[in-house]
Amino acid sequence: MSIDIPTICLTNIGPLITLSVAGLLLLLFDAFSGKAMKKAHFHQFSLVAVVIALLQTVWLWNRQTTDFSRMIYVDNFSFFFNVIFLLGTGISIILSVHYLENYRKNYGEYYALMLFAAVGMILMAAGGNLVIIFLGVEILSIPIYILSGLFREDLKSNEAALKYLLLGAFSSAFLLFGIAMLYGGTGTFYLADLAAFIKKSGMNGFTYVGMGLLIVGFGFKVSMAPFHMWTPDVYEGAPTSITAFMSVGTKAAAFAAFLRVFLEVFPTVRMEWDLLLWVAAVATMTVGNVTALAQTNIKRMLAYSSIAHAGYILVGLIAGNQLGATGILYYLLAYTIMNLGAFGVVIAVARKKDNYLNIYDYAGLGFQYPGLAAVMSVFLFSLVGMPPTAGFLGKFYLFSAAVEAGYIWLVIIAVINSLISVYYYLRITVIMYMQPAEADLGPVAMTPVVNATLIISALAVLLIGIFPGSIFQLAMNSVKIFGS
Amino acid sequence: MIQYVWLVPVFPLIGFLINGLLGKKISKNTVSLVGPGSVGLSFAWVLGCFWEYLHLPAKAKPVEVFVFNWITSGTFNAQAAFLVDPLSLVMLLVVSGVGFLIHIYSVGYMHDDPGYARYFSYLNLFVVNMLILVMANNFLLMFVGWEGVGLCSYLLIGYWYEKQSASDAGKKAFVVNRIGDFGFLLGIFLIFYTFGTVNFREVFAQAHNFPVGSAILTIITLCLFVGATGKSAQIPLYTWLPDAMEGPTPVSALIHAATMVTAGVYMVARCSALYVMAPISMTVVAVIGLATAFMAASIGLAQNDIKRVLAYSTVSQLGYMFLACGVGAFVAAIFHLMTHAFFKALLFLGSGSVIHGMHGEQDMRKMGALKNKMPITYAVMLVGTLAIAGIFPFAGFFSKDEILFKALTDGHVGYWAIASLGAMMTAFYMFRLIFMTFYGEKRWDHHVHPHESPPVMTIPLIILAILSTVGGFVGIPLIQGWNVFHEFLAPSIAHVAAGHEVHHSMTFEVMMMLVSMGVAGIGIFIAYKMYIKQPELPAQVTAKVPGLYDLIYNKYYVDEIYDATVVEPIKNGSVFLWQEADSKVIDGAVNGTASVVDRLSLVIRKLETGYVQNYALGILIGVAVITGYYLGR
Amino acid sequence: MLIDYLPILVYFVIALGVAVGMVALSEAVGKKTHSTVKDLPYECGMVPVGDARSRYSVKFFVIAMFFLVFDIEAIFLYPWAVVFKQLGLFGLIEMAIFIIVLAVGLAYVWGKGALQWE
Repeated sequence: MSIDIPTICLTNIGPLITLSVAGLLLLLFDAFSGKAMKKAHFHQFSLVAVVIALLQTVWLWNRQTTDFSRMIYVDNFSFFFNVIFLLGTGISIILSVHYLENYRKNYGEYYALMLFAAVGMILMAAGGNLVIIFLGVEILSIPIYILSGLFREDLKSNEAALKYLLLGAFSSAFLLFGIAMLYGGTGTFYLADLAAFIKKSGMNGFTYVGMGLLIVGFGFKVSMAPFHMWTPDVYEGAPTSITAFMSVGTKAAAFAAFLRVFLEVFPTVRMEWDLLLWVAAVATMTVGNVTALAQTNIKRMLAYSSIAHAGYILVGLIAGNQLGATGILYYLLAYTIMNLGAFGVVIAVARKKDNYLNIYDYAGLGFQYPGLAAVMSVFLFSLVGMPPTAGFLGKFYLFSAAVEAGYIWLVIIAVINSLISVYYYLRITVIMYMQPAEADLGPVAMTPVVNATLIISALAVLLIGIFPGSIFQLAMNSVKIFGS
Repeated sequence: MIQYVWLVPVFPLIGFLINGLLGKKISKNTVSLVGPGSVGLSFAWVLGCFWEYLHLPAKAKPVEVFVFNWITSGTFNAQAAFLVDPLSLVMLLVVSGVGFLIHIYSVGYMHDDPGYARYFSYLNLFVVNMLILVMANNFLLMFVGWEGVGLCSYLLIGYWYEKQSASDAGKKAFVVNRIGDFGFLLGIFLIFYTFGTVNFREVFAQAHNFPVGSAILTIITLCLFVGATGKSAQIPLYTWLPDAMEGPTPVSALIHAATMVTAGVYMVARCSALYVMAPISMTVVAVIGLATAFMAASIGLAQNDIKRVLAYSTVSQLGYMFLACGVGAFVAAIFHLMTHAFFKALLFLGSGSVIHGMHGEQDMRKMGALKNKMPITYAVMLVGTLAIAGIFPFAGFFSKDEILFKALTDGHVGYWAIASLGAMMTAFYMFRLIFMTFYGEKRWDHHVHPHESPPVMTIPLIILAILSTVGGFVGIPLIQGWNVFHEFLAPSIAHVAAGHEVHHSMTFEVMMMLVSMGVAGIGIFIAYKMYIKQPELPAQVTAKVPGLYDLIYNKYYVDEIYDATVVEPIKNGSVFLWQEADSKVIDGAVNGTASVVDRLSLVIRKLETGYVQNYALGILIGVAVITGYYLGR
Repeated sequence: MLIDYLPILVYFVIALGVAVGMVALSEAVGKKTHSTVKDLPYECGMVPVGDARSRYSVKFFVIAMFFLVFDIEAIFLYPWAVVFKQLGLFGLIEMAIFIIVLAVGLAYVWGKGALQWE
């Protein structure tokens, strides 16, 4: 018996190696270093790792190959998503520091787990084999389960972690079962081989069910209706910094895999899944937006808003064309920045021990903290999708892709949904600027780094909204692999 | 340097950011350094580009500098890219150069204003937008600058916002400009619809494929011209400019005389390739320009506010520029634009110096005999006045004479006659201004002590005076090879396809020059007669034709007519819409929808029970539906 | 192809049938009398004291998980040993990485003091 040893090139997975090694080192530092060096340096160390990974990604840009026996795709699509993940991770780390110190929870594990989660995300976007994608899902999910339960003394945090773990395991089982079905139907795990098989021989019973279960598995992770119900509870209970992290990271990673699998494997049988997703997208948007109207807890409101955004992004997936895929990439980038920004403001306003999470706690913010209120307004306007913000152009690309593909009614429903969303986003703005504070808001602690991050994020939202050209080009370049 | 021409608007942008964001924290001296300094850097860079451009080989011209892709959507593509060609270079030199001088002047003029940094940040932002406007290589980017200067103009007119009249004037300028902008925007849409691109080069290249006088080009050019009438204060949208004098005087000089208001002329000249294909539009441009030139000049005869006289004179001079465009003499229009920028900036800044010295007094009836009190101001104002009146060898002579000459040869003898009459009135009211301000008896209040302005104000004045004197020499007509300006600009401008090349004899040209100077001379003489020799004469003249005097003194009642015919009906209509249609029908529908959605929201919220088993059940139902859907086929 | 799995299905059916059948049968034929004593978990013997749901020390779980983790490691080491020669250096490095990652985990737990019984 002879075994073929695959040739591998480690630079292809440079960002993965950096993040994994940094995560492991963090664990060791945390366990063995003296108290003195601890707290201050963990986040700096992890930030450095993120920046190095980012640089590696940029350096890899335009490399187009597969590696590890075709297990890993090395292409711009995964690099673009790497940038989204790493930006999300980096910003989340910055927003976490002060928050965790308030809770005396500034552990090294926290950052290590975040880095591991980022590893999972990258694997999901780069996986060329369903097993790798599943591996990515688990590497991403397990740290997030732990992180949502970080506040062990807090019942809500416990509840969030347990619910997420139970339901996550439940849905992972479906995902895995779907993968098994696809293997049963085609005899391969490789995306490229699956695509070739389906193109040649069409669908059979196994592949139908397999595809359906993949929709369930990915749908759970992106919080698509009817698999969205965990979202509000988990988002509300988890530490706010983790809510921010998973609202952008998990969603982007799941969409990366969703997009890759469906546009690479199943483009030839679009008719078989577009109707299903059509219904799911409409339900997702409507449930998200309509329920968000009735929320007074801002974390819950943002949870429903994140469900609604999943619906908008599904519109781009249903369109299934180049513009749709480009739109998804652009939108996820924009969404990452604007949603993290909004959560950053929420963290700042909530202050010690999450005391100020009701939307009416924002009354008078516009007068006492005009800068904070201004950046929050930018993020909210972008979430609404008003020009000239990035959110507007993202929606514009997604919706015009759907129009191009002929889904007029879907776009009409999506636009109506956007209009509904205006109400609950702008309500915050109205409260901030038009209602007097009931009591003095008290000091809002802002470190210069957080200040700078929020301001840069707000500027970025405006900048890529006004000058979308180069980002759009990069995104378009990244989805060229889906020849359609 | 041309490859880095995008730095030109970046310098003032940095100035804007520093003054705008840190204005309250940094010292006044830093503001005075950053504000004018950033524009000075731009000017230096433009000079460098200009020098380099002159030495480029012919086939490398014009230069398009691509900065980044701005918007891509389907087949629509707008770049942020800059076009460097003779036309934009001339505009760049004028905008950055005159802008620089006016910034320096402002240091003295605005020195004691509490909003010093705010003022400079607006002024810098204006320069940024104006530079983008003239450098853009496509209509959309030009529109960005176009709107940007409009915004800055609004902010600066209402700079003293605590004054009711100032903020009203700002609003008026904004609203009136909106009407013009609508036309411009419509024009851009039509251009994209017709040509499939908004890039200047591509649009103009395709324009030749259309027949002369084709309907679509006529409509496009008319739409663009509507935009130009708004920005450049032509009939019927000129009413905002005189009110805009509520802003600080350097602003009037920079925005409402030298640069922004000439944007319309620049745009028409830039689109000369479109206009020459649309004779009807050319006629409209010429007639509107002529009518504006004449009407504004006549209003200027009877104004007593020193800045208002200059404002109407600006409107009138802009009319001349459009007249030139309308008869196909685009180069003459740009030439006049340039010289006008010099002498009108000079006159405004001079009047600012007078107002400064008179402690804010603007009424010429309360001035007089300032000649000895403010010798430098007097001298430079006289230079400016001679230039605008068109006296040889001052700058205005060459440019205005060229316009009059072209109006006669390429236009119509009627054009020439009316334009000459306008020129006579120009000479009259400008010398009336000089005589009322600097000569005669002193009529100022006893507590006013006129004084000369500080050097930081007078030095820019002197430089502008020199430019107003020699600025015309770049475009000397008659002698072959001396009309440098004409030759330099020629590549940027399209020519009317002339069926016959008429060559006029030199004697004819010289004769026409003498005639136009004679006309100006008559105007000056009448002014001299009325305001120096026989000061009682104006009252007699007024008494003789009271109706006519009232008519022009009240600016033909145009504001009142607009109020009665446009503003009031719209106001009444909107009150109706607000009280009836909006609050009852629309609000009713919106509130109804909202309450339905609200109720729905409460129902859906019930699904969110918080029990994990219910959630799992939800997932299971989803799985059942999906697998059922697939197994059922 | 699917037919190959038929024996497994048969096995499942029989296993399920036996279990369900037994419970059902006892339910059907058995005589039921309820009393406090009869419903106790242990009908005869000790009378139960307190609640069965008492908390265990978390240390037991840690030990259990450790066992699991290193058990799995051993499972991977066996097949590697079988093909050790063929995999050569490549395999050695791969396995070294695998073991190092687990070792880091062990070191972390150690350093945190989770292995101290008291």
